[in-house]
This record gives sequence, C-alpha cells and structure tokens, in this order.
Amino acid sequence: MLQLERRPQASGFWRYASPVLALLLTVLIGIGLFVILGKDPLRGLQMFFWEPLKSAYALGELMVKATPLLVIALGLAVCYRSNVWNIGAEGQFVIGAVAAGGVALLADKETGRWIVVAVVLAGVAGGMAWASITAWLKDRFHANEILVSLMLVYVADMVLSYLVYGPWKDPAGYNFPQSKTFEAATQIPRLMSGSRVSVGLLIALAGVALAWVFLFRTRAGFAQQVGGLAPAAARYAGFSSRKALWVALLTSGGAAGLAGALEVAGPLGQLTPYVPAGYGFAAIIVAYVGRLHPVGMVFSAILMSMFYIGGELAQSRMGLPKSITGVFQGLLLFSLLACDTLVAYRLRWRSRRM
Amino acid sequence: MEPYALLVAATLNAGTVLALAALGLLINEKAGIVNLGAEGMMLCAAIAGFATVVHTGSDLLGFAAGMAAGALLAGIFGLLVIGLGTNQYATGLAISLFGVGFSAFAGISYVQEKLPARPHFEIPFLSDIPWLGPALFKQHPLVYGVVAFVLALMWFLYRTRTGLVLRSVGESPESAHALGYSVRRIRFVAVLVGGALCGLSGAYISVVYTPLWVEGMVAGKGWIALALTTFATWRPARILLGAYLFGGVTMLQFHLQGLGVQVSSQLLTALPYVATIVVLALISRNPAWIRINMPASLGKPFHPSS
Repeated sequence: MLQLERRPQASGFWRYASPVLALLLTVLIGIGLFVILGKDPLRGLQMFFWEPLKSAYALGELMVKATPLLVIALGLAVCYRSNVWNIGAEGQFVIGAVAAGGVALLADKETGRWIVVAVVLAGVAGGMAWASITAWLKDRFHANEILVSLMLVYVADMVLSYLVYGPWKDPAGYNFPQSKTFEAATQIPRLMSGSRVSVGLLIALAGVALAWVFLFRTRAGFAQQVGGLAPAAARYAGFSSRKALWVALLTSGGAAGLAGALEVAGPLGQLTPYVPAGYGFAAIIVAYVGRLHPVGMVFSAILMSMFYIGGELAQSRMGLPKSITGVFQGLLLFSLLACDTLVAYRLRWRSRRM
Repeated sequence: MEPYALLVAATLNAGTVLALAALGLLINEKAGIVNLGAEGMMLCAAIAGFATVVHTGSDLLGFAAGMAAGALLAGIFGLLVIGLGTNQYATGLAISLFGVGFSAFAGISYVQEKLPARPHFEIPFLSDIPWLGPALFKQHPLVYGVVAFVLALMWFLYRTRTGLVLRSVGESPESAHALGYSVRRIRFVAVLVGGALCGLSGAYISVVYTPLWVEGMVAGKGWIALALTTFATWRPARILLGAYLFGGVTMLQFHLQGLGVQVSSQLLTALPYVATIVVLALISRNPAWIRINMPASLGKPFHPSS
C-alpha cells in the first residue's frame, strides 16, 4: 500500500514544486467542475489563464488587482514567519481605506498634489492602528490573535458602513451609501495613460525588495523569524517575543492599510460599502502559495489576480457566478496544504506486512 | 412586559445557533483538534439545508443535509490534519475560505427562493402561561434539544469510559496511544461529529433562524462559536450559558432600536463582535487559568510512530 515515510530532511525540490503541483491539481478539479456545470472546460481555462494575459490592457488590469494582494501578502509573510496569526488583514485594509478616504475628503479644488502623500500615510497609519488593537490585546491580555483580528474585520466593515451611510454620505449622491468622489489631486498617480496601473505597483515591488532585505539580511528580521521557528531559542538569545509580536502586527497592519489607501485613492476614487473585496483573505493564500518568500509572492499574487479576473470574465461571458473565484482560491489552498506533505514525507509503495 | 418576553425568546433562539456550533467545536477541542473551519462548514451547511428544504419541503431532511455537508468538510479537514499532519490553523482557515466561496457559488440560484410555510411550534398549555409562555414555550424543538444535548454531553464526557478516552486523547495522546487506543481514529471521529454539529447549526440558521439564503449569512457566528469554547473554559454547561449571553447581545441591538435609542444601526450590529473581543480579552487575562482548563495537547499533531 501507499505509505508516507518521513524524509531525513525537508525536500528543497518539493518546497518549490509543491505550489506548482497544487496549481495543476486545482486546474484539474476546475476542469471537472466546468464539465459538471455543463460548460466547455477549455473556454473556462481560457478565461482564467489566457484572457488576462492576451493584451497590454489586460496585463495592466492583472497588475491593478495583483498590487493590493502583493502588498498585503508581504506584510502577512513577516507576520506568519514570526508565528503571529493575523488573519484580519481584510479589516486593516478597510480601516486603511477609511483613514485614507477621510484625508482625501478634506481636499478641495485648490489642494496641491502633496495630498497624495498624506492620503497614503493616513492609510498606513489606519491599518497599523487597527492591527495594534490585536497586538495590544494579545500582549496585555493574551487574547488569541486569530479570533480578535478576525472579529475586527466585522467591526471594520461596520465602521465603513456607518460612515458611508451616515456622516460621510455624499449629500448630492441621490441617497446612495457612498462618499463624495475624491478630488483629482488625491488620485494615486498613474504610470501611463490608457491603463489603470499606478505608482502602487512600483511601491509593491519596492516592498518586495524591502521585505527581502529585512527578512534575510538584517538582524531584526532574523530575530523576528527565530521567534517564530523556535521560541525557546529566541528567548535564550534574548530576542523579545513581545517586540516580535508588535513588529509583526504593525508591519502587516501597515501593509494592509497601505493597500487600502492605494485602492481607495486609485481604482475606486470614493468610499462605498464595496471597498472590502476580500483581498485581505485572498492575500493569506497568496502568502502561503508564495512560500512566504517575497519573490514567490510576486508570482502567487499574479496568479490570484488571474483568478479574480477569470471569475469576472466567467460571469460576463459564460454566465457563471463570480464567486467561482472563491471556490478556486479555496481549492488552491487545500491542494497546497496536501502537496506540502511531500516536503517532509516521501510516498513509498510497500507490501503490507506486520 | 410583552417585548421582554419576546426578547428572551429571541435570545434563546440565537443562543441555540451558537451553542450547537460551539458544542461541536468543544468535542473537537476535547480531542485536541482546533478547527478554524467552523464558519465555512456552517455556510456550506446553511445552503445545503436550505436547498434541501426548498426541493423536498422537509425540515428534517434539511437538517440532515446540513449535518452531512458539515461532516463532509470536516472529513476533508480531518484527512489533511490527522492523515497528512498539516497545520491545523492553516487547514481550518482553508476550510473557511473555501466554504465562503463555495456556498456563495452553490447558492446563487437560491437567493430569491422562499421556503414553504414555516411550521409554528408551541407546547400545549405551557405556552398559554402569561409572559413565560411566549418567552419559553413557543420555540423550535431544537432549542430544547440543545439543552438536553448539553446534559447528555456532560454525562458522556465526565461519566463514561469513552468520554474519558476522548479527553485523554486531547490531554495526552501518548498515554492514550500507549494504552492501545487509536488516537488518530478517535480524533477523526471527533472531527466528524464536530463538523456535523456545526452543520446542524448552519442549517438551523437558514431553515429556522432567518429562513432564507443570503451570501455569507452566517456572519461570523462560526468564529464567535470558536471564541465561546475558550470563554467557557472548555465546559459544556458554560458553553450553553455563553451562547445565551451572546445571543442576548445579538438580540439587544434590535431591542435597542425598537426602543428608539439614538445609536446608528451599524454600530449596534458591531456589538456582538466587540463583545466577543472584550470577553475574550477578559477571560484570557490570566494565562494560568486558561492553561489549567485547556486540553493540554490542543492543536498539536500526533504521529503514532514518533
């Protein structure tokens, strides 16, 4: 029978091959799903893996969606490598967007272009502030960060909805729950005309470099990860676990808030109840599929962005619900977890004997 | 006085939803397994139950479908976590993310559907008592069922041999293994039972509690149920108490709105989540207290060979 046998040491090959195998598995299950639904599987695959790549404009849209995913995932990678389970990035994203939107709403026709910087910084601060609630409750009261950060997602959604239904509602907006459209001066600058790709993409790529240097070339980054891998060793080395907790949550909260600011002052241009688009949750998958490695996450963010765009196309062109994106995202994470078994174990055929 | 009777009735109803799921998670955690997939299992069960009632008209079949859906997802979780030794947090999270997506996907054609006329329950004679009647005796049978289940679970966990074995698997799997019990099999059964209970809770939401299907309608109740096991320091009776407490907080928002309290409805909706956070912080304040009560091997994988 097929048996699992522990490898003497983790397989370097499977560490990177496992996400690829997981993607293949997801595609196979996806083909099955299309067949069950009576849709042409080839056309389905085309929506997800070819349409988002086929023109310069499509590639731009791919980057527009990959940017927030990558920014959030970079922060989460620092968090998860420190063994801090922040799963409320969605909430930090929303509060970042709210804070950024609040600053953007202060602008008027005369406001200079400098306001963009304030908008972005407000986003970062908002995300950090929201994450620091989780950090403080964990630090001071030992409250489980998984549950607290997740509960705060619902609270953040309510804060946003309170504002857009109440004090920040556009008086000239026909009573729709949305803020005024932000002034042009608050817009995140775009890289080129004819595409929605903005400076956000450059910020995300700079974040990749920054995260790589921090994690693999600084003492602080090393201390952060030792605390995650071997808490006892970290204590012995004198690395503070409290500091690691705060660094992890402030980094991931700040990153999520930054993504929220880039989104609300970029493609969205106003606050609506639809600001939360699930990027904070999808970024968890991005982080894992990218092996918590800054460069790996570039690829997984693009992949996840393809899932989003593919889902939208499958809805408009094949009459499938857009939520198919969520199904594929979940399947990918499942397959990855299963395939990761091959990192620590090998499969062996053995005749059954006692 | 009548509004208060209805508030009590609504509290018991809302508490039942939370209690069913939290008791299922308690059984998991007593065996040493944390399943963060509660939210996803409940959502899939909610749509499975709802769709079944739409097609068959039978609430009982709806509950059965919900339990099956919950157990099925829990089975996948169990295979990964117990069979392949994957990380419990990450795998549970995967169940939740998948469940949110899959239920939205599967439920798309049921958004406008209506259930057949909802049955009305009342206990003869008792329901005629003024105040107490409408408060306590006009509930769905499961509201009473969950109380009976708590008593049965207490007896099972603390008064039977099988219950002792289950707890030993969560406290010290090595000892249970040495005594010849199959730790992994027991854990797998516990995971399935827990999933079925979360499923029952999910189906109760879409069939009885708010009889319709809306995307994401479980709205964090799975996560609140997870927090309840800590809040109750892993005791069945306290879970029931906690569930009613949180059910009360959920209902209070409607009551306050009814009284005309000038607070925005969004901030009131946030109340149960804020309450969960506050209670979690208060209960976790003393780490020793948690450590004494928590199953000692909670969240730790077990390999019989090592």
